[in-house]
Amino acid sequence: MASQSSELRTTGAKVTLRSRIVDIVAYRELLVNLVRKELKVRYKNSVLGFMWSLVNPAVTIGVFYIIFTLVLPNSIPYFVLFLMSGVLIFNMFQNGTAAAVGSVVGNGSLVKKVWFPREILPLAAVGATFVDFLLQSSVLVIAFAAVRWRVGWGYLPLVPLAIVVALLFTTALAVWLAAVNVKYRDMQHFLGIALMVWFWGTPIIYGFEQVAHRLSRYHLTWLPLLNPYAIVCLSFQRALYNRRVVNAGKPTQTVLLPNHGYLWYVGVLLLVGAVSSILLVGAMRVFRNSEGNFAEEL
Amino acid sequence: MAPAIEIEHVSKRSRLYHEQFTSLKERILHGGKVPFEDFWALKDINLSIEHGESIGLLGHNGSGKSTLLKCIAGIIRPTEGEIRSSGRLAALLELGAGFQPDLSGRENIFLNASILGMKRVEIEKRLDEIVDFAGEEVERMIDNQVKYYSSGMYVRLGFAVAINVDPDILLVDEVLAVGDEAFQRKCLDRVSSFQRYGGTLIVVTHSPDMVRQVCTRAAALNHGEMIEVGDPNDVIRTFRERLMTGVYSVDDVDDAEMVKSELSPLWHEVEITAVEVVYAEPPRETVRSGEPLQFRIAYRAGGADVTDIVAGIALYNSMGQLVYGTNSHLMGQDLDPVRGQGVISFNIKDLPLLDGTYRLTVGLHNLGGLQYDHWEQQVPFQVAAPGRDIGIARLETTIEVEADGTIGGGGPVFTRSGRADKPGPADQPGSGDKPGRAEKTAGPGTAG
Repeated sequence: MASQSSELRTTGAKVTLRSRIVDIVAYRELLVNLVRKELKVRYKNSVLGFMWSLVNPAVTIGVFYIIFTLVLPNSIPYFVLFLMSGVLIFNMFQNGTAAAVGSVVGNGSLVKKVWFPREILPLAAVGATFVDFLLQSSVLVIAFAAVRWRVGWGYLPLVPLAIVVALLFTTALAVWLAAVNVKYRDMQHFLGIALMVWFWGTPIIYGFEQVAHRLSRYHLTWLPLLNPYAIVCLSFQRALYNRRVVNAGKPTQTVLLPNHGYLWYVGVLLLVGAVSSILLVGAMRVFRNSEGNFAEEL
Repeated sequence: MAPAIEIEHVSKRSRLYHEQFTSLKERILHGGKVPFEDFWALKDINLSIEHGESIGLLGHNGSGKSTLLKCIAGIIRPTEGEIRSSGRLAALLELGAGFQPDLSGRENIFLNASILGMKRVEIEKRLDEIVDFAGEEVERMIDNQVKYYSSGMYVRLGFAVAINVDPDILLVDEVLAVGDEAFQRKCLDRVSSFQRYGGTLIVVTHSPDMVRQVCTRAAALNHGEMIEVGDPNDVIRTFRERLMTGVYSVDDVDDAEMVKSELSPLWHEVEITAVEVVYAEPPRETVRSGEPLQFRIAYRAGGADVTDIVAGIALYNSMGQLVYGTNSHLMGQDLDPVRGQGVISFNIKDLPLLDGTYRLTVGLHNLGGLQYDHWEQQVPFQVAAPGRDIGIARLETTIEVEADGTIGGGGPVFTRSGRADKPGPADQPGSGDKPGRAEKTAGPGTAG
């Protein structure tokens, strides 16, 4: 018909990773549309609509405030702000992977009937949670501004870098999980538990150093740093909460964050970014290899 | 220019697991080995499809035809071999696949079209056309959520989006048989205009009639193997004679039960127990145009004579059109009273029908029209005609050219603007003054 597009496509037993990436790029508009759909559908028929995305962190802040200043008070000033510095970015990881793991299975009717690069599905799941994260961050900004918190201006460039690294890592896991879950539906159940353990294993509710100095007895200080998301959260806390040691000089002094400079953070972030990129390539390989049978397994 | 589709040595293995072990635990319990059986859904398929061709893939359920189509579409990757396509490809495997019930019709157009690979600017350009094609009803509700649409509207919108993606290659999996008749016609029109503009069409179907209607070439598949490729009529004949013997599958028959809902008080006082189709040359289970055909209706009545029985038959073509119907009363024959068991036969002398699957309706009723028994389109039979003529009936036609011939003197004469002479009382429909389409000779004489 009218369009004389010379779209050449080869479907064979083997598909190169490059051609997959070309396909994904060609379908970027679908990615945008799916993200938009995800957000639209989520708040369809609700009066507050996307405001719900803001209500969630706002209420979380309220609850944390009550618990950690009235019920279980601790010595860390504005502990809520410390918490929120790590919680939001971890939520992106948690919600993103949780949405992605079932993305291929949940879109079975589509996968069985229409061709498009299926990687788009987990990517869209992560994309939608990322947009959500950006919305929620506005609540965080308001909270910090409300108490005129002195953030670490010098460390602030770590935030966008940490977000990129977090996205890379989340995407890598999301793509892998979505593919594996088609064959082993255990994944979606396992993931819920794994994420819970992961959350408590990441220095969010407690400071990194509070754990590290106990581990130092066994020369295991490096152990928590193997958790890529610990580094992401540390960077957020360093830049936003901006207090390495609280109640300094008093007998109750608490060390929260490691004694490293700006360059150390940049360095480890870049390292995690590089590892995540490798993981992403691996995940896409796994996805590509199992993708040919999705239509049959669903 | 490369062919539109090039299929080279394509095989597809499916693994049939003896039990459904989809969880990790079960796999571990079985030591990683789940009993399975390999099953080749496609075996070494080779096919090259040129641009502008319309090809029909014929086959029964499980023949691999849909798997092949899905491989071409890229939905399933072949285990071996390669498929190369050049041009934008759109697959109509299911209309409205991926519609989001919570989004409006308009939003769904954008979403669905981008799933099919269209860019936003293209969609915007075509939006009016899509909405227009989907029909007035959809147009009125275009900003309503799709969940409020009727299933008909859903399908119409789905087709409208898919066909407006402007594909070079269109893959169709029997979806054209949806919606009401008017919409079906619209779809077929659209498909034929797609063909006229040089689009490449690949249709998967188990209906030879559909292939004959729309395709320039056909391929028959059986158990994953391509058994014949070529001219549709040849392939259809092979398909009929080799593959359709004795497999008038049950899935077509269910509708018949519906008719019995209006039971007459005489229902089953005389019962039709079986119907036999007697072909001219058994064991070949097709009848060729011009051959005789016999339908034998076995009945069972009670012990007392039933005196006023009328037996009737009706033939329907695959489109459900009534081709012919008659009954003993209309034929001026009063049947002898029946009792116990027996057979009533209808003999058709020279069957003047075209190639296709037909369905026979048989009924028994009394002179007052009250039914004893009725089988609605329940008995299929096959007609295999050698020619490529089209229509409902096969008329014996010859053609000749008279150099310097003139018209007039025989019967009424028509010009572009209407009838040329005044209609006279003696006028009869002229015969032979308007040879139809460009058939040379056709008639029962060429059969067999």
